[in-house]
Amino acid sequence: MAETARRIPTLPVLPLLGGVLALGVVLFLGWNLSGPVGFILELRVTKLVALVLVGAGIGMATVLFQTLAGSRLLTPGIVGFDALFVFLQTLLVISLGGLGYTMLPPTAKFLAETGILIVAAMALFGVLLKDGARDMTRMILAGVILGVLLRGLAALGQRTLDPSEFAVVQQAVVASFNTVPKDQLAIAALVLLIATTLSLRLAGRMDVAALGERTARSLGLNYRRTALQALALVAAMSAVSTALVGPITFLGLLASSLAHHVAGTHRHAVLLPAAALIGAAILVYGQFVFERLLSMQSSLALLVEFAGGVLFLALVLRRAR
Amino acid sequence: MIRIDQVGLTLHGHDILTDVSAEIPKTGITALIGPNGAGKSSLLHCVAGLTRTSAGRIEVDGLDIAAAPDLERARTLAILTQSQAVSSRLKVEDLVAFGRWPHHQGQITARDRDIVDEALDTFGLQDLRGRYLDTLSGGQRQRAFVAMTHAQSTGWLLLDEPLNALDPRYAHDLMSRLHAMSRPGPDSRAVVIVVHDLNAAAAWADRVVAMKDGRVVAAGPRDEVLTETTLTGLFDTPFGVLSHANRLFIFTNG
Repeated sequence: MAETARRIPTLPVLPLLGGVLALGVVLFLGWNLSGPVGFILELRVTKLVALVLVGAGIGMATVLFQTLAGSRLLTPGIVGFDALFVFLQTLLVISLGGLGYTMLPPTAKFLAETGILIVAAMALFGVLLKDGARDMTRMILAGVILGVLLRGLAALGQRTLDPSEFAVVQQAVVASFNTVPKDQLAIAALVLLIATTLSLRLAGRMDVAALGERTARSLGLNYRRTALQALALVAAMSAVSTALVGPITFLGLLASSLAHHVAGTHRHAVLLPAAALIGAAILVYGQFVFERLLSMQSSLALLVEFAGGVLFLALVLRRAR
Repeated sequence: MIRIDQVGLTLHGHDILTDVSAEIPKTGITALIGPNGAGKSSLLHCVAGLTRTSAGRIEVDGLDIAAAPDLERARTLAILTQSQAVSSRLKVEDLVAFGRWPHHQGQITARDRDIVDEALDTFGLQDLRGRYLDTLSGGQRQRAFVAMTHAQSTGWLLLDEPLNALDPRYAHDLMSRLHAMSRPGPDSRAVVIVVHDLNAAAAWADRVVAMKDGRVVAAGPRDEVLTETTLTGLFDTPFGVLSHANRLFIFTNG
């Protein structure tokens, strides 16, 4: 790969990205604001908070995950986390029935889901990343096969459901920002705030971990402990974001790829906030365009999946060459 | 002094090292030689604390390697391993700067910068310091990693086949630098090196440890180990050794 256009290291990437996101926030809240302003603003703010939280959480989780996996191609969603979410939702509807599922107290359900997802994600990533995870082929194969297996099991389960129960599952597994309860937002915000603080404290050690397990350990890094802490953070941030709105598989890939590209540094102290700002900006601008300019509802996740999927293919093809 | 005491290593049911004992004084260059699969790299990894031994004990400067805190270990010895998979997009100077991490674990100081600069000088990397690692040749990359271990400023340098991928000029360059920095003095570094090039060992090493099938078969001053009988037995190949102008020349006999 030839080196083109040396990046200027002093470029204030984070303030710039912050400005871009702030502009998106202003547009999202202020565009075409008329009628009962207070009521509309409250709706918009709630949705905005959900967009920012999910974008930031998924963005940071993906950066941490990719450093541990030693690959810019893999994300928690791609190695099977999202399939796991779909599987769990299906299992829940099957065991409780469609009515039982919808009757669950939402906050308790959200907390239980987040908890289960964290535990399941730790198990999933722990198995995939065992032995240093430098074996890319094994990672991708294991993740993809596991994903197919879980989706297959979920599809099998969904066949046993009646149409109304099936509709309940469908609603649960397609990402949507339209109806996010405020108490769940508050919990998610708290979890993500703590996870962000811990991630930034881990940033210096993640820089060393990115050198690979052997080199990192020869520099005196306790690699196992660092990897375990990072994995726990990945699990927590992925779980809380997914439990909040549903899975958006390729959002993380988009945010992390762009962060690595515009930040032009290996330092996680810059990469993590950059990915958070970019992830949030993608969702805020996307929702703004769809909702305000095109007057469409809930197609944002689809668009993100499409753009992210194309990027994923491009990355795979470029590596394959 | 590195003290290796009855060290054994078993991986997945295979005995990699068996009852290895050796003492390496903290001066000069010690070369580890032996056929493929003799356990040279494994022994080096055990000494560096990267691989946990199954039996025995290793001390480096009195530090029990198995029990030593990670950072203290990284300030006592630096190791260059054979393959380096780096996922970050790093510049040469960033990589070399990581050698200072065991000393500061965060904000780099002016002193750290000076040491990094000196390491870049020493290994002829000043012209390449702004280049990204993935744009370098194998040999240039190798030199960058050697510079990183050098910047760790440890009393011990362990290098696993550092001559791989280096052309004769840089191989000679590297060995003569290692030789110079391992001479007795205030900033002296003791060097332990795994080499396959027996003539490089003959030219630069002060002591040689010969290994075969996970055991030490000979150890001592260069001239005592690099003999026709020892080498022939070590590699199961007929060897000849010539002495000329105070140097040893080693070759295989058809």
